[in-house]
Amino acid sequence: MTQSRAAWYFAWALLAPAIIYVLVIVAWPLVETVRLSFTDASLRKTVNYVGWENYTRIFDRDFAEIILRTFSWTFFSVLLKMVIGMFGAVLLNCAVPGRNLFRILTMPPWIVPMAIGIFMWGWMYNGQFGMISGLLQRFGFVDGPVAFLAYGNTAYWATIVTDVWIGVPMVTIYFLAAIQAIPRDLYEAAWTDGASRWYRFRRITVPLMAPAIITMSMLSLIATFNSFDIIWILTQGGPSGSTTTMIIDTYQTAIGSKKYGQGAARAVVICIFLSLFCLAYFRMTRKLSRQEKV
Amino acid sequence: MMNPSRRATRVLTLVNPFSKRAQPSAMMDRYSWYEIVLIYLGIFVFLFFMLAPFLEGFLVSLKPLSQLFSTPYSFWPENGSFEAYVTMWERIPYFAIYIFNSLLIATVATLIVLALVVPAAYAFARFSFRGMPLLLGAFLAVSMFSGAVLLIPLFRLMRTLGILNTYWAMIIPGAAFLIPSAIWLLRTYMMRIPPELNEAAYMDGASQFYTFRRVILPLARPGIIVVAIMTFIGAYAQQFIFALTFNSKTEFMPLPVGLFAFFGRQEVIWNELMAASFVGIAPALVIIFFLQRYLVGGLTAGAIK
Repeated sequence: MTQSRAAWYFAWALLAPAIIYVLVIVAWPLVETVRLSFTDASLRKTVNYVGWENYTRIFDRDFAEIILRTFSWTFFSVLLKMVIGMFGAVLLNCAVPGRNLFRILTMPPWIVPMAIGIFMWGWMYNGQFGMISGLLQRFGFVDGPVAFLAYGNTAYWATIVTDVWIGVPMVTIYFLAAIQAIPRDLYEAAWTDGASRWYRFRRITVPLMAPAIITMSMLSLIATFNSFDIIWILTQGGPSGSTTTMIIDTYQTAIGSKKYGQGAARAVVICIFLSLFCLAYFRMTRKLSRQEKV
Repeated sequence: MMNPSRRATRVLTLVNPFSKRAQPSAMMDRYSWYEIVLIYLGIFVFLFFMLAPFLEGFLVSLKPLSQLFSTPYSFWPENGSFEAYVTMWERIPYFAIYIFNSLLIATVATLIVLALVVPAAYAFARFSFRGMPLLLGAFLAVSMFSGAVLLIPLFRLMRTLGILNTYWAMIIPGAAFLIPSAIWLLRTYMMRIPPELNEAAYMDGASQFYTFRRVILPLARPGIIVVAIMTFIGAYAQQFIFALTFNSKTEFMPLPVGLFAFFGRQEVIWNELMAASFVGIAPALVIIFFLQRYLVGGLTAGAIK
C-alpha cells in the first residue's frame, strides 16, 4: 500500500516538469488566444472587450473564400501525398537490387531544414531561368517562360506540389512499414492459387493497409492544414491572395497588421477545425484498434 | 475512454523496413524482365521527384551567374566551378554565425526536451494511475496544433519575459512542440524494459528514484539516443516561424531565416544562395548517411505522433 502511494507521488513528480512546460508554452497561450479574440488588442496600450465583434467581422465573403481555399488546398495535397506515397512504398517494397539505397534516397526532403528545400523549389519555379519552365520550353510544351509563382492558378498548384514533396517521404516510409507487416503467407497462398500481382495488390495489400491509410491521411490532414513555411516562403499568400490559407491569413492579420484581436479570432476558428480533426483522429484510431482486437 | 497504450502495441508490430526479416524468400518475388524495367522506371520517376530540387540546387551552385541568368535554359553547368562556395562567405557575412546559431538552437532545444521527456516517458511507460491515459492523449494533441495559431500570446509572453530577440525566444517555443513525439517514441521504447526489474529493485530496498536512475536509465540509453537524434533533426529542420517572428537581430538568426533575408531581395545571387543552402543541409545529410538504421525505426514510430 505504502509502495503504491510512494509510486503515485513519484510518477507525478516525473511528469510535473513536462506538464508545467506544456501548460505554460501551449495551454496558456491557447486560452489567451480565446480571451484576446474578444478584445480589440493591437499595438495600442488600451485593450477593450468588444464581445463577438471580431467574429462577426471576419465572417464575410473573403473569409469564407479563405476557408474554402484552405480545405481544397489541404484536400489536394493530402490526396497526392497518399497516392504518391503508396506508389513509392509499393515500388520500394519490390525485391530488386539497390532497394535499401533507394529507401534512404527518399528521405532527404523530410530531414533537411524545410526552409532550404523550399528555397530550391523557389528557384525551380522561376519563370525566366528555372528548371521547370526551362525544360517545358525545351520540350515544346509551352511557348514562352512560365513564372509559376506569378499567377494565382499556377502558384496554388506550385505550393501544393512543394507541400507534397515535403510530406511524401514520411508517408512512404510509414506505408512501407505497414506493407511489410502484412503476413507473407497471405500473398503466398494467393500466389499458389494463381492470383496476379495486380489482383494480390488490390485484394490483399489495399484492404489490409486500410488502417494505415486512414491513420496517415488524418495525421497528414492535420499537418497540411497547419502548413505555413512553404506558402510563406514561396508566395507569402499571393499573388492577390490566391495562396492565402487560414494560417497565412492569421499570420498576416496578427503579425503583419498587428491586429492581435482579429488575428486571435481567426486563430480560434483554426483551433476549432483542428480540434475536430483531432477528435476524429482519436475516435478512428480507437475504432481501428477495437477492430484489431476482434 | 481513449486508450493510447493500445495504439502503442500496434506501432510496435510494424516491421522496421530495413530489417533482414523482410528479405525476399519465395519464388513469387521473381520478376519477368519487363516487370523489372517497369519497377526501375517507377523508382526512377519517384526518386527524381524527391531529389530534383537538390540536383538542380547543386548544379545552380556550380554555375556562374552569367550562365544562370541566360536563356535558353541549360541544365548542365558550363565552366562550372565551386567559386560560389568561396564568394558566399563574403556576400553573406553572417553565414558562419547563422550555422552556429542553428546548431546552438537545435542543441539546447534537444537538451531541454530530453530533460523533460525522459522522466515523463518513464512515468507513462511504467505507471498507470488515474488520469494518465488522458494526460498522454493531451500531450499528443499538442503536436496537432502548430505554433502559428499561438503566435500572438506567445509573442506577448516572450515580451513579458523580456526574451524577445534572444536565442531563448526561438528555443523555448520550439522545444514545446518537439515534446509530444519524443514522449511517444521513448515511452514505446521504455515499455520494453521488463517490469520485473522494478520489482527486483524494490525487493532489494531500492527507492523509486534510485531504481529510475541506476536501473532504468542505463537500460534506456539506446532509446534515449534515438530520441535525441530525432529531436535534434526536428529542431534543426523546423527553425522558421518562431525565428521569423520572435527575433529580428541578425546575429541571432538561424540559417533558414538568415538565408530568407537574401531570398526576398530583388536581385538574388542564386548560385551563392544555393551553395549556402548546401552547406546548411550538410549536417542533416551526414546524419542520414551514418545513422539511417536508427533513423528509420525512429521515423516510423515517430510518425504516430
